Amino acid sequence: MTLIVDHVNYIYDPDSPLAHKALDDICLTIPDGQFIGIIGHTGSGKSTLVQHLNGLVTATEGHIYFDGEDIYDKDFDKKKLRSQVGLVFQYPEHQLFEIDVFSDVCFGPKNLGLERKEVELRSYEALRQVGFPDELFYQSPFDLSGGQKRRVAIAGVLAMKPKVLILDEPTAGLDPQGREEILGLIKRLQKETGITIILVSHSMEDVAEYVERIIVMNKGKVMYDDVPKEVFKHHKELEEVGLAAPQVTYIMEALREKGLAVSKEATTVEEATEEILRAFASK
Amino acid sequence: MLRDITIGQYYQTESVIHKLDPRVKIGGTLIYIISLFLFENVWGYLLAALFLGLVIKLSHVPFRFMVRGMRAILFLLLLTLVFNLFLTPGEALITFWKLKITKEGIIMAVRMALRLSFLIIGSSIMTLTTTPNNLTDGMEKMMGPLKIFKVPVHEVAMMMSIALRFIPILMEETDKIMKAQIARGADFESGGLIKRAKSLVPLLVPLFISAFRRANDLAMAMEARCYRGGEGRTKMKPLVYKRRDYLSYLVIVGYLAGKIVLGIYL
Amino acid sequence: MSIIKAKDVTFEYIRRDEEGNVEGITTAVDKVSLDIKQGDFIAILGHNGSGKSTLAKHMNAILYPTEGTLWVDGKDTKDEKELWNIRQSAGMVFQNPDNQIIGQVVEEDVGFGPENMGIPTKEIWERVTESLKAVDMYEYRKHSPNKLSGGQKQRVSIAGVLAMHPKCIILDEPTAMLDPDGRKDVIRAARALNDVEKVTIILITHYMEETIYADRIFVMEEGSVVMEGTPREIFSRVEELKKRRLDVPQVTLLAHELKKRGMDLPDGILTKEELIEALGL
Repeated sequence: MTLIVDHVNYIYDPDSPLAHKALDDICLTIPDGQFIGIIGHTGSGKSTLVQHLNGLVTATEGHIYFDGEDIYDKDFDKKKLRSQVGLVFQYPEHQLFEIDVFSDVCFGPKNLGLERKEVELRSYEALRQVGFPDELFYQSPFDLSGGQKRRVAIAGVLAMKPKVLILDEPTAGLDPQGREEILGLIKRLQKETGITIILVSHSMEDVAEYVERIIVMNKGKVMYDDVPKEVFKHHKELEEVGLAAPQVTYIMEALREKGLAVSKEATTVEEATEEILRAFASK
Repeated sequence: MLRDITIGQYYQTESVIHKLDPRVKIGGTLIYIISLFLFENVWGYLLAALFLGLVIKLSHVPFRFMVRGMRAILFLLLLTLVFNLFLTPGEALITFWKLKITKEGIIMAVRMALRLSFLIIGSSIMTLTTTPNNLTDGMEKMMGPLKIFKVPVHEVAMMMSIALRFIPILMEETDKIMKAQIARGADFESGGLIKRAKSLVPLLVPLFISAFRRANDLAMAMEARCYRGGEGRTKMKPLVYKRRDYLSYLVIVGYLAGKIVLGIYL
Repeated sequence: MSIIKAKDVTFEYIRRDEEGNVEGITTAVDKVSLDIKQGDFIAILGHNGSGKSTLAKHMNAILYPTEGTLWVDGKDTKDEKELWNIRQSAGMVFQNPDNQIIGQVVEEDVGFGPENMGIPTKEIWERVTESLKAVDMYEYRKHSPNKLSGGQKQRVSIAGVLAMHPKCIILDEPTAMLDPDGRKDVIRAARALNDVEKVTIILITHYMEETIYADRIFVMEEGSVVMEGTPREIFSRVEELKKRRLDVPQVTLLAHELKKRGMDLPDGILTKEELIEALGL
């Protein structure tokens, strides 16, 4: 179920004073089962890009292939694409509407035209997958805490059994505890189900620990596309475009400037601890 | 599609019309609309067109932009045109099946179309050249005397200006909610009337909840900033008539007089 | 001089189910006592639901304590006669930037507070100009708020409060909905007001790194203040912070780990410069 983005351009609001290139010649290949982070500043085009992947926004130019088929083909089934490439938006408040949690999660699979039994089975499974407590199934989704709402929103998309799950800033507005829980949940989902996950975020620290590949977007273009360690080596350039590498990267850089022989590779606190201890031991 | 509606929008540019006191523009627009329904003859329409053309020219708003806003009401315009064309009794020119086009019908249709277009362009010039806030300020001031009759003029004006501020925010939100539900397989486009109405529930519920939450937050924020109604409030931008405003009143009255003279003597 | 003083402030509310029957009583703020001095930069830290926002709303007389007393600039918030004086001396900035901007042009929004207070027109303009300059938003004065970024909107909101010439500004999670750039700008603006204009700042947040420049930090949990002290004192207690699942800055965490592994480092390192110095480099 590889997703291929082939020279995609998107012009926002053409022939108006606001017209600008929101996506500029994007080429990407997203293979099965990868855990990807898309990082960018507000307005970098990262949200626009992911909305192309499930056909919500149509490219001005270029093609997108899902499983070998061009999604812009006339007889391509857009509805099927949307169930296969699930997209969870930033604020769960934008999608919760049913009287109870369970019915809300049922909305997606019901739209796929499945039998009632299958719909309920999938919804139950999805709520279990996101670790939602059984006793809250018949609560109104509006009375839940921010973190719980987010879980319901994710379950609502998971219940469609997508092959690719895209999450647009899933931690926005959550406190550190909620943030950690949601990110942990996503990591676990990826491990257990082998689903492809694309995490959109503006926080490097959020994704550094979790993803295996980082795509940095800037002004509608792909600026870097590599494993986290390689991307963080460009911390000076990242800073220029309003992004920052994890704080540890800067500490290690400062230590190197002061003459401590630590490597550039450390990006987490654990790695940095080992690295500093090693450098001091060999001094 | 929602973006195409230019009626009620503000077009930012520098012009004499933009600088006029909102009261002049509101009054002027009212007089202009009334004038359209007074004394109709060819000369009267010509004068109205001339006056409108002059104001458009002075406003520096591209004519193209105004016409784009007309597209949204094109259907209404066509409907009136067709009704007048076929349903006005009189001397038949062309007949087919049970319908006939009469000479009177054609004249009536042309008249209605002209009037409607003038009316819409005329009032859209007012909104295009006046910020919504300015407009509500003007209305508040003009309706001031109604306070004697216990009409909550200030509150109504404040409500209008808040509504105007939140329309773009709620439009954007509608778009986001729609996308979020389409991503869950919702279908807003196909099916019969009932199915379509039902499909709006997943859109309207989150929208209403969000609107209520916003209203709640806003009320709290306003209170925190010492808002307690119109009593004892001062104005940052009080409305004061300038020379150009008096001159404009003169021009408007002149136009109305011209229209009356043309109507009576030609 | 104390600007805000709380003595055993408790706030309880009754939860009701859909039929309006009482389900129980929630204590959102539980016997909080604190004393905030004029000119201080205070941070109140805690998770969602810790009661920090509820407490903040007491400082602007939006909520009143069910038990205990809260004084703003020496005035009891329960005293109705003083309501508008209290709201004028303790201004409040809220979380959602879209839901607190009333004006359709930046400068008109900043003028909203002074208009309500009945300030003469000429002085309103002076206040608007100086407030927008103080938060570095003067060049945007003619813009529509809808076209601004989140961080810019929040700075406009701060200017709107500043124009009322408050003694104290309470920022209730002003950065929760912003991106990193916007967050930095808002915090920078708040610090500048405290440094230059000597306005007391009370910053409510769940981001640890925003609190390192504060004079004092209060950590709240389940309605009570559970930790209190200078940033250095608070950040020295890494294990306790981790237990409370608060975000410790990575430098502090790194220094703490190194110390655990036997390196000779002091507690409560807050910046990378301090770490380098402590490592003797």
